[in-house]
Amino acid sequence: METIAIKGTSDGLVITFGEGPLQTVLDEMENQLSSKASFFLGGRAALRVGERPLSAEQLKTIGNLLELSGMTLWAVEGEHPSTLVAAQELGLETSMRSKEPPVSTTKAEQKGLDESAGLIVQQTLRSGQAIRHAGHVCVIGDANPGSEIVAGGNIIVWGRLRGIAHAGAMGDDEAIICALQLMPSQIRIGAHIARPPDRGRAPKTPEVASVQKDQIVVERWDKKR
Amino acid sequence: MSARVITITSGKGGVGKTTTTANLGVALAMMGQRVVTIDADIGLRNLDVVMGLENRIVYDLVDAVEGHCRLRQALIRDKRLSELYLLPAAQTRDKSAVSPRQMIGLCNQLRPDFDFVLIDSPAGIERGYRNAIAPADQVIIVTTPEVSAVRDADRIVGMVEADEKPYPELIINRLNVDMVRKGQMLSTDDVIEILAIDLLGIVPEDKEILISTNKGTPVAMDGKAASGQAFRNIASRIMGKDIPLLPLKSSANVLERLSRFIRG
Repeated sequence: METIAIKGTSDGLVITFGEGPLQTVLDEMENQLSSKASFFLGGRAALRVGERPLSAEQLKTIGNLLELSGMTLWAVEGEHPSTLVAAQELGLETSMRSKEPPVSTTKAEQKGLDESAGLIVQQTLRSGQAIRHAGHVCVIGDANPGSEIVAGGNIIVWGRLRGIAHAGAMGDDEAIICALQLMPSQIRIGAHIARPPDRGRAPKTPEVASVQKDQIVVERWDKKR
Repeated sequence: MSARVITITSGKGGVGKTTTTANLGVALAMMGQRVVTIDADIGLRNLDVVMGLENRIVYDLVDAVEGHCRLRQALIRDKRLSELYLLPAAQTRDKSAVSPRQMIGLCNQLRPDFDFVLIDSPAGIERGYRNAIAPADQVIIVTTPEVSAVRDADRIVGMVEADEKPYPELIINRLNVDMVRKGQMLSTDDVIEILAIDLLGIVPEDKEILISTNKGTPVAMDGKAASGQAFRNIASRIMGKDIPLLPLKSSANVLERLSRFIRG
């Protein structure tokens, strides 16, 4: 078993601890988080620690580590009674089925889908507004300059994409970004970053961006079909 | 009878919120409406200067909120229009002197006695903005045809929506027809395309604005200035009249046009 597994769900991040000394596990967690930092910012995280006993002190340390990556620890699931007591002491949930449903519950999520669940946003995304979702994101409307879409999966904008879009934010280079008018200030797919040429014209046809040979390539949509 | 509270805001500074507030106040009062303009820019007050009422300030908004005076005492009657009043901001305090809740209370006190309460919002999206927006029944966003101003206006539209206020309306200020024609300035269509909100009016760039602002006589009082006419038309639209947008004229004179013609 791996030392640590980090999984994005639409309910936040789930971090599962594997075998090995705690310090090794935490080092690996920090390592993985920092490589995917932009995605997690502002989200919440739950721990699955298995049989490992953890003291309140140790949980606090982990909470602080997560906070450095911009996340809040909200739940700890474990089998050892002392872990649960410690979690309750810190005011954390001990089950991920929290009493209050998370704010952005989608229908797909209720059916038990997580990463594959898509999020449909039916509004204009304006400057300063950001969408972060572990699955695919579909915006019906424009994404204006200064807006941000970060998705674990693909990004589809049924409108003009003029803000920043980051698809496959958890390291998936297979993800794509497409828009009726793809004129972003910057696009990122997985670990790749691209910006359009400075004197770019408004495209007349829908386009799709994907990673090919380690580079982000933008093509007309009809070329692909 | 209860007043409509309209907040004039922009996000970016220097696009003409204060000028717009003063001129809409004047134009509405000239149409016989009872109007109060409120300067919500506590610490950086300007509306009094633009309206030419600076030397009449005794009490201000913060005095009224803190109960140092009655609200009526803080209202300054305009020297030209008897139905126009100004509630000035305090200059020696800052935005934290007033809370959004207090602004709502203040406007509710004014509602029975007036037709319109116009609030001049400070720039930014912090406390001062939130104070100004809290009591609003209607929000007017002022922008200039500049990329940076439009970007900030877009941010404000998003924030107004998030506050569950009615959809804001737009005034494009300082449009220069010649520059648009040469492709050097964003056009009305460019701005609307991004913001996607209703256009309440366009105010042409006009040096009369600067002159009148320095004199403390809002340009809407001037019968001739094109910008003054634009503000009066916007006031009519606020009153629910269907006034078509002004045909935008080039500001170049005959000689300039001739030379342009010769040069091709």
